[in-house]
Amino acid sequence: MKHYEVEILDAKTKDKLCFLDKVEPNATIGEIKSMFHKSHPQWYPARQSIRLDPKGKSLKDEDVLQHLPVGTTATFYFRDLGAQISWVTVFLTEYAGPLLIYLMFYFRVPFIYAPKYDFTTSKHWVVHLACMCHSFHYVKRLLETLFVHRFSHGTMPLRNIFKNCTYYWGFAAWMAYYINHPLYTPPIYGEQQIRLALTVFLFCQIGNFSIHIALRNLRPPGSKTRKIPYPTKNPFTWIFLLVSCPNYTYELGSWLGFTLMTQCLPVAFFTLVGFIQMTVWAKGKHRSYLKEFRDYPTLRSPILPFIL
Amino acid sequence: MSAPAMGTSKTAHSESGHKKKKGPGTLATAYLVIYNVIMTAGWLVIAVGLVRAYLARGSYHGLYYSIEKPLKFFQTGALLEILHCAVGIVPSSVVLTGFQVMSRVFLTWAVTHSVREVQSEDSVLLFVVAWTVTEIIRYSFYTFSLLNHLPYLIKWARYTFFIVLYPMGVMGELLTIYAALPYVQKAGLYSITLPNKYNFSFDYHTFLIFVMISYIPLFPQLYFHMMRQRKKVLGHVEEYSKVE
Repeated sequence: MKHYEVEILDAKTKDKLCFLDKVEPNATIGEIKSMFHKSHPQWYPARQSIRLDPKGKSLKDEDVLQHLPVGTTATFYFRDLGAQISWVTVFLTEYAGPLLIYLMFYFRVPFIYAPKYDFTTSKHWVVHLACMCHSFHYVKRLLETLFVHRFSHGTMPLRNIFKNCTYYWGFAAWMAYYINHPLYTPPIYGEQQIRLALTVFLFCQIGNFSIHIALRNLRPPGSKTRKIPYPTKNPFTWIFLLVSCPNYTYELGSWLGFTLMTQCLPVAFFTLVGFIQMTVWAKGKHRSYLKEFRDYPTLRSPILPFIL
Repeated sequence: MSAPAMGTSKTAHSESGHKKKKGPGTLATAYLVIYNVIMTAGWLVIAVGLVRAYLARGSYHGLYYSIEKPLKFFQTGALLEILHCAVGIVPSSVVLTGFQVMSRVFLTWAVTHSVREVQSEDSVLLFVVAWTVTEIIRYSFYTFSLLNHLPYLIKWARYTFFIVLYPMGVMGELLTIYAALPYVQKAGLYSITLPNKYNFSFDYHTFLIFVMISYIPLFPQLYFHMMRQRKKVLGHVEEYSKVE
C-alpha cells in the first residue's frame, strides 16, 4: 500500500513548517494535527486550523487523508487560531457573572446607589420575584452547562470570552441597576401583569430545558452523528413540528416574560438584541439542516413558527 | 469628527476596477456625480458665506449665524452617503461611513443647535472652517474621480490638507462639546430621570463626556489611516517621477 507525504505550510508566509513522510492513507486530519504538534509543541491540535487553501475552510478532524483532493504529496496550510479555552469554561464564566452581578445590585452593595440605601432591598415584591427569576435562569444555564450540554467543538478562541462576558455581564449590570433602583416603578397593570409574565417566564424556561434534554438525547456521548430532532412524549418538544431551534424560541419567550414582569427598557433592549442574535444562529442552523437532510420537514421555520 | 476617510482610495481604485468589470452603472454614476457636485457647491456656499460675513463684520466672532442654515442642510444631506454605501453604489464600509457622518450630524444638531450658548464660541468656527475646506476638497475629489479626470492638485490637496484640518476640526469639536457641558447639566437637556414607568434613565451630560473620551481611541486610527493612504497614493507619483 502506498503512503502519503504531507507538508504543512504557514497560511500567511507560505513557510514550510513541517514535513511528514510515510503517512497512512487512512490517517485523519486529527492525527496529522497530533503529528504536527510533536514538531511544534506550542501549537496544540485545538488551536490548529488546517486547510487545503491558504484562505480555505478548516478541514474537520475526522476527514480522512485519502478522501481529500490531494496527490501523494499533500500540501496543507496552517493557521494559528490563538490560545483556546474550553466551551464549558466559557459558559460557566459567562453565566456566573450575571448571577453574581445581579445579586450585588439586588442587595444594594455600597457605591451603586446613595449610601442610605446600602444593604437595603426594594419595597416592591415584584423586584424580589424578578431576582428569583433572574437567578433561576442563570443557575439553570450553569447546571445545563455542567450536566446537559455536549459540545461538538471542544474549544473556542480565548479572546472570545472577553467579548461574550462584556455582553452578558454588561447587560446584567444595566438591567439590575434599574430593576433594583430605589426609584423603581412597578408594572402599570399591577399583579395581573406580573402573574401573566411569571407564567410566560416559567412556561418558557421549562420549554427551553425540555428542548435541551431532547437535543442531548439525540446522540450518544462522544458521537458526532447528526440527526433531525423530532418531538418526543414531552409536550414542550412538540414545537419541533414547527420550529428548527425551539430552544431559542423559548429563550426569547423567557426574556419577553421577564420584560413584561419588570417593565424595564434595558431588559426589553437585551431581549431585542438577544432575539436578533438567536435569529442569526437559528437561520444558520436551519440552513445546515436543510443542506444535510434531504427529508428535513418543510413545515419548519428557524425560530418563530410560520414567520421567521 | 473628521470627514469620512474610507472610500477615498477605495473609490478611486474600485472605480477603475469596476469600469472594467461591472461598476455601479451609468445611472448610479450620473446620480453620484450630481450628488457630489451639489455637495461641493453647497460647501462652497458656506465658504463664501463665511468670507463675506467676516469682511462685512471685520471680526470672526459670531460667524456661525451667517452660515447656520446651509451648514445644517448640507451636513445633514451627507446622511445620503450612508445610503450609498448600504445600497452598494459606493464601495465603502456602511458602519464606518455611518459612524463618521452621524458624529458630524450629532455635533451639528445635538450640540451646536441644541445648546445656543455655544454658537458664539470661537471653537465652533474652528470646526466649521475645518469641515468646510475638507468637504469642498473631498466632494470635488469624488466628482472628478467619478468622471475619470482627477487633477493632481485636488488629489494632492485631499491627501495633504487633512494633516492640519483633521486636528483643527477635532479641537473645535472637543472644545465645543466641552463648552456645552455646563449648560447641558444645568438644563437637564435631553435627559430622562427616574422614577418613570420605563425604568430607564439617561444623562446627556455624562453621555457627552463619554463622547469626548471616545475621541482618544478613535481619532488616531482615522488620522494614521489617512497617513497610510497618503503614502500609498502620493507615493506612487514619486515612483513614477523617478522612473521618468
